[in-house]
Amino acid sequence: MMNYITILNNQTIPLQSIPVLKYEDLMELNTMLVKRKEFHCVNYYGYLSGNKIKLICCIANDAEKNIYVSAAEIESNSSLPSFTAHHLSFHNFERELHENFGINYKDHPWLKPLRYSFNRNSREQQIENYPFYQIHSEELHEVGVGPIHAGIIEPGHFRFICNGEQILHLEIQLGYQHRGIESLFLNKKKLLQRTILAESIAGDTVAGHTTAFVNVWESLSGFNPCDDLLFARTLALEMERIAIHTGDLSAICTDIAYQLGSSVFGRLRTPVINFMQEWCGNRLLKGLIRAGKNNFPFTPELAEKLTRLLNDYETDFAEMYNEMKTLPTVLARLEKTGIVTLEQAESIGAVGMAGRASGIARDIRSSHPSALFTRLNHEPVVKHHGDVYSRTQIRKEEILQSIYYIRQWLQAIPKENNQTPDPISIGLKKQAPNSFVISLVEGWRGEICHCAVTDDNGELLHYKIKDPSLHNWLALALSVRNNEISDFPICNKSFDLSYCGHDL
Amino acid sequence: MLDNLKILLHQGKQYIPDVTQAEVPGVFRGRPVITNASVDEQALIDLCPTGAISAKPVCIDLGKCIFCGECAFAYPDKIRFTKDHKIATNDRNKLIIEEGSDSPVELNPGLIRKEIAEYFSGSLKLRQVCAGGDNSSELELNACGNVNFDMGRFGIEFVASPRHADGIVITGPITKNMAEPLQICYDAVPDPKIIILAGTDAISGGIFTDSPALDRSFPGKYQIDLYVPGNPVHPLTFINAVLELIRRRR
Repeated sequence: MMNYITILNNQTIPLQSIPVLKYEDLMELNTMLVKRKEFHCVNYYGYLSGNKIKLICCIANDAEKNIYVSAAEIESNSSLPSFTAHHLSFHNFERELHENFGINYKDHPWLKPLRYSFNRNSREQQIENYPFYQIHSEELHEVGVGPIHAGIIEPGHFRFICNGEQILHLEIQLGYQHRGIESLFLNKKKLLQRTILAESIAGDTVAGHTTAFVNVWESLSGFNPCDDLLFARTLALEMERIAIHTGDLSAICTDIAYQLGSSVFGRLRTPVINFMQEWCGNRLLKGLIRAGKNNFPFTPELAEKLTRLLNDYETDFAEMYNEMKTLPTVLARLEKTGIVTLEQAESIGAVGMAGRASGIARDIRSSHPSALFTRLNHEPVVKHHGDVYSRTQIRKEEILQSIYYIRQWLQAIPKENNQTPDPISIGLKKQAPNSFVISLVEGWRGEICHCAVTDDNGELLHYKIKDPSLHNWLALALSVRNNEISDFPICNKSFDLSYCGHDL
Repeated sequence: MLDNLKILLHQGKQYIPDVTQAEVPGVFRGRPVITNASVDEQALIDLCPTGAISAKPVCIDLGKCIFCGECAFAYPDKIRFTKDHKIATNDRNKLIIEEGSDSPVELNPGLIRKEIAEYFSGSLKLRQVCAGGDNSSELELNACGNVNFDMGRFGIEFVASPRHADGIVITGPITKNMAEPLQICYDAVPDPKIIILAGTDAISGGIFTDSPALDRSFPGKYQIDLYVPGNPVHPLTFINAVLELIRRRR
């Protein structure tokens, strides 16, 4: 008997086709699966279904390019054995289940609040009283940083335990950015409102998260986007990758006080995001991606501008990067700093760029491709040292790879297809009732996962968002161990994780 | 050394010579203009995702508008977004754009506290507090200081500590979980101090307005010295607004 159902990325299935197992069987199945290299957990969550909690576990199989989905029903406030005891990659998913539903995992090593959501199970948990790990010692001291940081960045608290200048342990406490976004997806009934919410999950990943949302919505509506929509979204996704990676290279240079790199990479980002504005009126792509339609067709004039822009960019970028990588003072700060080993990355289920820097060839664009990536053979950029320098090199190579793809796509711009002058009139009005859908998108940080469940009328019953940062924050905490505390900023920037994407 | 000079040379001049006259390239959704054309006003109101549009007369509240532009696509004869990026003011009512009006959004000089020009006209140090912001306005505030916009040339800079600051710039809809840190930060800024709300989320809550995860008591308690709409705020909007706020007036 099959105790899971295999589905494809962006596929809608009847909710009842997902086998509902006993909790122990769900645990055995999924913890066994993730022990194999080609499997990892892309989402594991629960929602209220009657007076029970329905658990849904989604394990991606990168070799077969499909996703194994299984379910179970449990009572709230029940006491259960944890998946985490078998495989650490489930730890944050179970912290969330614990926080939201009071599920008590008997053998979870780190059962602490995840984000202090407004609808958490226990009001006694308050953000100002987070239970930090402590070592009582005369020799060691603690350093607390945040929630408000020195620069213009999002809030989060970092608590270091140090021996002199050396970091022994870092604990990261988040939740300050919690806006209740998953609940708003249900409360706001209009498609446009939900699209705006998707654009606001993480304002640095507008293309990534909004694409995941429209994929979910169009799949539920039985709508097949035509080529010009796929083109615009894929182009936006890769433009976003180029822009943010370039900005991150600038920030990495800032954090090692390399002024020339900081300024030049910073200024190289400007024409890229200005081009986005020329295309859609917004430097960060807000307003571009819409389910069932495209308000901003990609014209031949834009193509010409973009071609020129990429030619100029590539020359200046190469000159700057080649200079930077020859400087001993730069390399001394980047190499062997903030190492995450392959073993660590695999155990915590690291995804995206952070995982690939440690040797995990995990990339949704090749393992579960959608849109234009179904038509090319994407090879993930993989590095093996797991240090800040690996994460720097990955950015450089991914930028060049994206430019290469964009040049190919610009050779054949699909004609604007007025497939849907008025999306209300066709297809998008009605969503499939009692269904489940999952969408995976490789944003610039890594794998974004959105899941939706609909009710008898096709209305959203539950909406689940996972930003890659949920997996990767622990990678940052592990990377700084035994490093000097002065190297923390550069380690942090090399991951550039999302606070709001985690806190939702 | 020679390589460094070559790199510098290849960048050319990147700064915008006069930010007060600069135009944004391509299409941009800045100050809207609403004509007197008659449309189904209820349908127009229902279209807006954040309740920024009201009727009789038709108005768009830039403190609530998230600049998606969908109203202009649906009713091109009624609403058009211009490239005018100077949309900030210190008067909450001036953010409401009425039909038939095509005049710039300006500051209300009567509401500017006189110590602002006296203390800050040549130098303004700001502490940024992100309180549920999605990192888009934060990226743009960072961009204000880059080689392109170079806000530092006016003596306006973001600083690391509230103790060094003359005021705070809030982004995001202000979450419950950030309410206390925000208050502590504001209290740590020495007097006289200013408050700037940057981005539509900060001004009204934006798309998050009804969320039970917010605590918007802070902006209700104090005089707000500047409302800077945007989603995200454009660097030119921010820089020009701050320059207007702190300049000496006769």
